[in-house]
Amino acid sequence: MKVCKMFAVLLLACMIMATPALAKDTIKVGAILAVTGPAAFLGAPEAKTLEMMVEDINKKGGIKGKTIELIIKDSGASPEKALSFAKQLIEEDKVLAIIGPSTSGETMKIKSVAEEGKTILISCAAAEVIVNPVAKYVFKTPQMDRDAVIKIFQQMKFMKLTKAGVLSSNSGFGDAGKKQIEKLAPEYGIQIVANEVYDKAATDLTAEVTKVKASGAEAIINWSIEPAQAIVIKNARQLGFKGPIFQSHGFGNVKYAQAAGEAAEGVIFPAGRLLVADLLPSDHPQKAVLMQYKKDYETKYKEEASTFGGHAYDAMTILTKAIEKAGSTDKEAVRTAIENLKGIVGTGGVFSFSPQDHNGIDINAFSFEMLTVKKGKFAILETSAKHEEHIKPKK
Amino acid sequence: MAGALSRPGLLYHMNIELLSQYLVAGLTYGTIYAIVAIGFNIIYNATGIINFAQGEFVMLGGMIAVSLHHIMPLPAAILAAVLMAMIIGALIEIIFIRWLVSPSVLRMIIITIGISIFIREAALHIWGESVRALPYFTGTEVTVISIGDVHISPQVLWVTGTSAVMVALLTFFFSYTLLGKQMRACAANRDAARLCGISTANMVTLSFVLSAGIGALAGCVVSPITYVQYDSGTGLAIKGFTVAILGGLGNSTAAIAAGLVLGILESFSVWVLPTAFKDVVSISILLLILFVRPSGIFGSVEASRLKEF
Amino acid sequence: MVRSRYIPVALFAFSIIAVQLLTALTDRAQFLTQLTMTGYYSLVIIGLCMLIGYAGQISLGHAGFFAIGGYASAFLTTYNLAPHKEKPVISIFAKTGLLLNVQDLYGGDTLVFNPWLACIAAVAVTVLIAYVIGGPVLKLKGHYLAMATLGFGTIVYKVVLGTSFFGAADGLSDIPGFRLLPGLEVSGKTSIRIQNYYISWGMVLLGMLLLTNLINSRVGRALRSIHSAEDAANAMGINTGRYKLNIFVLSAVFAALGGVFLTHYNGGIGPSEASIMKSVRYVAIVAIGGMANLWGALSMGIILNFLSLRGYFGSYDDAVFGVILILIMLFAPEGLLRREVFRGAKKWLSGRGKAEGQKA
Repeated sequence: MKVCKMFAVLLLACMIMATPALAKDTIKVGAILAVTGPAAFLGAPEAKTLEMMVEDINKKGGIKGKTIELIIKDSGASPEKALSFAKQLIEEDKVLAIIGPSTSGETMKIKSVAEEGKTILISCAAAEVIVNPVAKYVFKTPQMDRDAVIKIFQQMKFMKLTKAGVLSSNSGFGDAGKKQIEKLAPEYGIQIVANEVYDKAATDLTAEVTKVKASGAEAIINWSIEPAQAIVIKNARQLGFKGPIFQSHGFGNVKYAQAAGEAAEGVIFPAGRLLVADLLPSDHPQKAVLMQYKKDYETKYKEEASTFGGHAYDAMTILTKAIEKAGSTDKEAVRTAIENLKGIVGTGGVFSFSPQDHNGIDINAFSFEMLTVKKGKFAILETSAKHEEHIKPKK
Repeated sequence: MAGALSRPGLLYHMNIELLSQYLVAGLTYGTIYAIVAIGFNIIYNATGIINFAQGEFVMLGGMIAVSLHHIMPLPAAILAAVLMAMIIGALIEIIFIRWLVSPSVLRMIIITIGISIFIREAALHIWGESVRALPYFTGTEVTVISIGDVHISPQVLWVTGTSAVMVALLTFFFSYTLLGKQMRACAANRDAARLCGISTANMVTLSFVLSAGIGALAGCVVSPITYVQYDSGTGLAIKGFTVAILGGLGNSTAAIAAGLVLGILESFSVWVLPTAFKDVVSISILLLILFVRPSGIFGSVEASRLKEF
Repeated sequence: MVRSRYIPVALFAFSIIAVQLLTALTDRAQFLTQLTMTGYYSLVIIGLCMLIGYAGQISLGHAGFFAIGGYASAFLTTYNLAPHKEKPVISIFAKTGLLLNVQDLYGGDTLVFNPWLACIAAVAVTVLIAYVIGGPVLKLKGHYLAMATLGFGTIVYKVVLGTSFFGAADGLSDIPGFRLLPGLEVSGKTSIRIQNYYISWGMVLLGMLLLTNLINSRVGRALRSIHSAEDAANAMGINTGRYKLNIFVLSAVFAALGGVFLTHYNGGIGPSEASIMKSVRYVAIVAIGGMANLWGALSMGIILNFLSLRGYFGSYDDAVFGVILILIMLFAPEGLLRREVFRGAKKWLSGRGKAEGQKA
C-alpha cells in the first residue's frame, strides 16, 4: 500500500512537470499582486489596470512590433507565495520585469531575489526601504511617505495647529507613516499628543478615538490604507471632534469617502491628482494622462479609478517607455534606460529617475495635491499652503 | 522619542464622561458578540456541534441586504436578506450535516471550518473585495444623540434594540411555543425526544435556520457601523465563541451578560494597553476561563460535564 | 533483518533522490524551490499528525509554533548588537564566535547572533512555551481544546503583527543564511538550491524515521490507547497527561524547526505564517491524508502545498482547499489514502470485468 502511495506521488509529480514550454516572440512581463486576500483593495485595481493597459498596447501593435505577455500571479499578500512566484517568474517564465508586489512586506522579501536574478522589479508598494539603499534592479512607483507627511504638516502650520493626535493602522503602510510622522514632527513644530495603533480589521474604534480626543489634540492624523480608516472618521465626528481630520494618501479611493458618508466632509489629505483629474486646469502636465486613464478604467470596469491602480499604471508606463528608449528587450539595457528616464508623466506625479533615485518623484514633482471631500466627492483644497509658500522646516 | 513613550493617557483622570463613552463603546461591541454567541448556542444545544461558520451568516446577511437594497426599500431588503440567510442555513444543514452518522467532534469541527472557508471564498468571488454597508437606519454617519459629553449614534440604539427584541422573541419561542419546547426537549435528551415522536432531524435543521436568521439580522443592523466585507465573518466568529464559552456553552442568557462584559473589558483595555493588542485581551480572557473554569462564569460544572464529547 | 516498517522510509529516501534527478534531467530544476519550501511545511504536518492522529489532541494553532521558531531565529540573526559591543558579555560572545559580524543593507557592520545559537534558542523558547501552554490546554477536551489552541495561535499572530521589533506587518527580511557546516548553507541562493533541497528533505526523512520508531514503540502504543480510550488508559497506569504533553511539545518542536529553516531559506518571515488560515490548512491536510496516517498526511501535504506554492489554483487557492476539505470530511473521514479506499477501488475496477456476485 505504502509503495503504491509513493509511486502515486511520484507519478503526480511527473505529470505536473510536463508543463509545455511555449516559445513565442513576445515580451514577457510578470506581475505579483495581492488580487485576493487582506490587501485585495490594492491588488485588485492594480491587476485590472495592468490587464487593461496590456490589452490596449497589444491592440495597437505592441511595442516595437512585439506583443506583451502579461503573467499575473495572485500572492494573496503572503510573502512566501510572493517569493515562490518571484522565483518562478524569473527562472521559468524568464520575464523581462516584474511589476508589484502590492505590499511592502512582500517587496522586501523578493528584493534580493530580483537582484540575484538580475530582473527588473518595479514595486507598487510604498516603503522607503525598498529604494533606500538603492538596489540596481529595484524601483518603486508610489510616492514617498515622508512627502505626504510633510504636506500634512505644512498644512497644519498654515492652519496654525500644533497638537496632533495620531491614529495608524497595524499594517506596513500604517507603521511606515507613523514612523515618518514621529520623525518629522519636531522639525515642523508639531507636538504628538496621542499616538494609537489600531487593528486594520477593527469594526468600531470609538474607544481609541475617545482616547485621542481626550488628549487635547487639535487635529487628528489618521494613517491607514485599509477600509477601517473610514470608521475612524465616522467615530471622530460622532464623538463631537471638531478639529480637522487629516488622512494619508491611503485614502485614495472615493469608496472610502462614500463609506464615511457625511462624516468625510472636510477631511483633508494629500493624494495623487488622479482623484481630481477633471478639476485640473487644462494646461496641467498631468491632466491628459490622468483623464485618459480614468476614462478607460471607469468605462471598462464600471468602478471609480483609485490611486492604487494608478501605481500599477505608472509601473507599466515606465517599463514601456524604457523599452522604447532602450530599443531592445535586453534586461540590462532596459534597466539603464529606466534610470535615465526624465519627465515621464504618470498618475503619481512626473517621474525622473537617476542611478541614485529609484523612486523618481519627490515633493516637487507634482507628486501630491492637498485634497478634501465635498459632498461625497474629492475636491482640491482651496486654502492650502502652496509649494512656493511652503514653510521651511525648523533646523 | 515622541509617540508611544509619551503617554499622557495614563496621567489624565478618568472622568465620568470618558467612562460613559467607553461604556457605550463596550456595549456596542458587546451586543454584537452576544448575538453571534446566541447563534452558536442554539445550534450547540440542538446538535452538540460548534458551528464555525456562524460568523459567515452575519456577513451574508449584511452583503445580501446591501445588494438587495439596490432594488428594494431598506426594510424589504433586510427581510429578504434574513429569509435568504435562513434558507442557506437550512441548505447547509441538509447538504452537509444531516446525513452524517455520529460524527466525531474533530470531524464536525473540520467540516464546519470547511464550510466557513467555502462561504467566504464564494462571497469574495460574488461580491469582490470591497466593503459594503447599509445606510444608517435613522440619520446619517454624523448624527448623534448627546447626553452631556457622551455621544451615541442612533444606530447603536438600533443594534441594542434589535438584539433585545430578538432575545425576547427567542425566549418566548423556546418557553411557550410547541416548536420551541420540542427543540429544548431535543437538547435535553435526544433519544427520549425521538421516542416522543419529535423529529430530531427537523429540529436540527430548525436550529440552523434560527441561527442563520438572527446572525443575518445582526449583520444587517450592524453593517452601517462596522461595514461588511467578505472576510468579516471569521473575526466575529472567534469573538462569538469567546463569549459563548464565557457564559457557558449553551446558555444564551449568560451569553448576553458575557458579551457585554467582554465588550466593556475590551473597550476599557484601550485606556491602558496599546490598542494594537486589544484582541489579545479578549483571547487571554478566553484562555483564562478555559483553564480555570471551562463551564463558563455562569455555567454549572456538572452540566458541562454531562455533554458528551 | 530488514524490519518491514523501514521499507516505506527507504522508498521515501529513494523517491527524494529520484525526484531531484528527474528535475535535473527534464530541465525543471526550478521546481526545487517549491519542493524545498514544501519540505519544511511537511515537518509541521508530520508533527501535527502525531498529535492529532495518534495522541488524539486537536491543535488549531500550530502555525503559532512555526512562527515562534521562525521569528525567534529571524530576530536573533538580524538584531544588531554592535551598539553594545563594549559590554563584557557581548564581547565575550563575539570573540567565541557566538556572535557574527554581518554586513547589513546599508553596508554597515552589525553584530548578530550566530544562526546555530539562534536555532537552538528558538527551539528552547518553543519548548518552554509549549510546556507552559500545553499543561493547562491539554486538560481540555473536544471543542474546548480546539478553542484554546485557536486562541493561542491567534495571540501569537496578534503579537507578531503588533510588535515593531518583530517588524509588525512587514515582518523581518534580509535574514542571513544558516551555515550548517562549512559548505552546507540554508539560504535561497540559486547556486545552492540542490543542496538546500536535500537539507530540507533530509530533515523530513529524519523526522519520519523518528516518528515511525515512536509509533511502533511503547510510546506509540500508549498514545493509541490514550486516543481510543483515555480513561481506560489511565486505569492501566499510563500517565496520560505526561504523554500528551510530551507529544504536544514534540510536535511544537517539529513546527518550530520548520519555521527556523524556512525562514533562513526564504530570507524572511511575515505575520501571515502565524495566521489562523495556516493553522487550519495544516489540520486540514492531516485530516485529508488520514488522521493517524503519517505517510498519508505527508503525501497530501506535499501535493497541496506544492500546488499552492506554484500558484496552480490562482485566486481560487483557498476555495479549492475548502471544497476538498468538505468533500473529504463528508465522504472519506478517515482520509483519502486508506487501505479501504484502495481496496474499494480495486473492487470497483475488477468488478467491471468479472461476473456479478464475485467478491474481490
